[in-house]
Amino acid sequence: MPSPRPERLRVAVLGEQLLEAVIRLSGVSAIVFVAAILFFLFREAAPVLFASGFELGEFLFGTEWYPTSVSNVRYGTLALTAGSLAVTALAMVIAVPFGLGAAIYVSEFCGPRLRETLKIVIELLAAIPSVVWGFFGLTVMSKLIVRFTGAPVGVNVLNGGIILALMSVPVIVSIAEDALKAVPDSYREAGAALGATRWQLVYRVLLPAAKNGLLAAVLLGVGRAVGETMAVLMATGHAVHVPHSLLDSVRTLTANIAAELGEAPAGSDHYRVLFLTGLLLFCITFVVNLTADLAIRGIRRK
Amino acid sequence: MTPRSRAPNRFSRTPLVARKELVEKLARGIFFVMAAAMVVPLVAIVGYLVFLAWPSLSWELIVAVPRRGMTEGGLWPAFVGTLYLVGISLLVSAPIGVMAAIYLNEYATDNWFNRVVNLAVINLAGVPSIVHALFGLGAFVYAAGFGYSILSASLTLGIMTLPVIIASTREALAAVPMSFREACWNVGATRWQTIQAVVLPHSISGILTGVILQVSRAAGETAPIMFTGAVFFKAVSRGELFPYGLHEQCMALSMHLYTLATQVPNVKESLPYATAVVLLGVVLLVNATAIALRVWLRGRKQW
Repeated sequence: MPSPRPERLRVAVLGEQLLEAVIRLSGVSAIVFVAAILFFLFREAAPVLFASGFELGEFLFGTEWYPTSVSNVRYGTLALTAGSLAVTALAMVIAVPFGLGAAIYVSEFCGPRLRETLKIVIELLAAIPSVVWGFFGLTVMSKLIVRFTGAPVGVNVLNGGIILALMSVPVIVSIAEDALKAVPDSYREAGAALGATRWQLVYRVLLPAAKNGLLAAVLLGVGRAVGETMAVLMATGHAVHVPHSLLDSVRTLTANIAAELGEAPAGSDHYRVLFLTGLLLFCITFVVNLTADLAIRGIRRK
Repeated sequence: MTPRSRAPNRFSRTPLVARKELVEKLARGIFFVMAAAMVVPLVAIVGYLVFLAWPSLSWELIVAVPRRGMTEGGLWPAFVGTLYLVGISLLVSAPIGVMAAIYLNEYATDNWFNRVVNLAVINLAGVPSIVHALFGLGAFVYAAGFGYSILSASLTLGIMTLPVIIASTREALAAVPMSFREACWNVGATRWQTIQAVVLPHSISGILTGVILQVSRAAGETAPIMFTGAVFFKAVSRGELFPYGLHEQCMALSMHLYTLATQVPNVKESLPYATAVVLLGVVLLVNATAIALRVWLRGRKQW
């Protein structure tokens, strides 16, 4: 007969159970926090959302944003959404080719030493605080833009787009590099055995194999750019209108909240509309992140 | 036997191969330029800011207090304020983050509930900083009644930086080989005993890296503290170590840079640049520590 298992102290067992309960509780805390964010945004925004004079259509598609007007208060966010879109689109036009190109170089073309160095550089680039980026855009980049394009003001779509591109490139590079690394080496070996060069391998084998991960990288870059606040607050100027050229000043959804929240008295319609804008932003980034996650999950499943 | 060079080479470059090699060289060159384009802005930004900040950079800058309506003087109140905010946010997010990562990596099985938890973590990481600010304002400042205070701002920062700690701790835990755990289970240890005796000791440096990264992230954030507890100006005496109470508002480096750059007229030319350099220096130094720790760790790893 096997000897009986030695008994542990009751206190030890209870303590362990308690600790595991705390760990489980912490595990679900992320859900609690996301739910809490949604709840508090909604709680502050709800009174105006369900007010009689408020139309969601006008909020989403109206171009007039006069929150503090005395006679003609208008809360149309289309110009702000257009501002966000314009800056994000420009940022992606710059950041996607550079980000994917750099990821391909880091993962496929360079030696281990250079790879480590580049990864450290990318990590440091990602660590620069957004307010420093914004400050750089406001002081240095805007002067450069005025000098080279002759624009009257240097804080505009172009400035914000370049700054946001620099900010989202590290995200794109690191996720895209992970995606390329996840392609099994046997694919590369099979290609090399057929006499393919590195470029042919990248173009014909790796890009198709990693396309979901690369899509996720781009989407996470978009998410970063859309949600960025301080940099665009300082670098894009403060004109609330639908931009017509790269040299127009704009205001984004995020910058608008940051610029006006301090002046909106708590509980006023203006304050609640800003929370509603926050809710809109939350939904946009939620969809973007969810899509990116599904794309990544797609490659894992394969 | 003919010399090798004279022999008719049956493997000479055909036009097709020549083109292939040309394209290869071209591709390598283009991708190299794209990768190098990451290095240029980092060096240029840090270099240029330091260049412009040079006249103001000194030890005095950090320990002195702002003078003449913040147009001159030092950064002490903002510097200490950032330490306060980062420290308290760390107290919130480090335990919760590490335990959440332990749950996700050691306890969670692959079912729908844990997929939702995962999704929530990813989402929390993706929520814009200004939305965190709105949440902090609605939840901590008003609903919880903490008012505009260091407490509200730190809690907001803590929740915002939680995903950083969760992600890197998970990575550290996942790097501990499964066989280590199995060996421990086989001698009769419970799940928690295994974690305590085997998993944590082997991943503690990795977890530390994540905590350090949280510090860097929290120190640089502006938007979440702008409406929850950071103010433009607060009178603090020079070099005072504990100038703020938990329920008071404070200054912060990131907020101070924003203020100097956009709100205060006639600031001494190099002061905002110097503020940017100090903030950048703090953040990059902390990050470099994390990187050094990781490199050292990789060299020491024995499996």
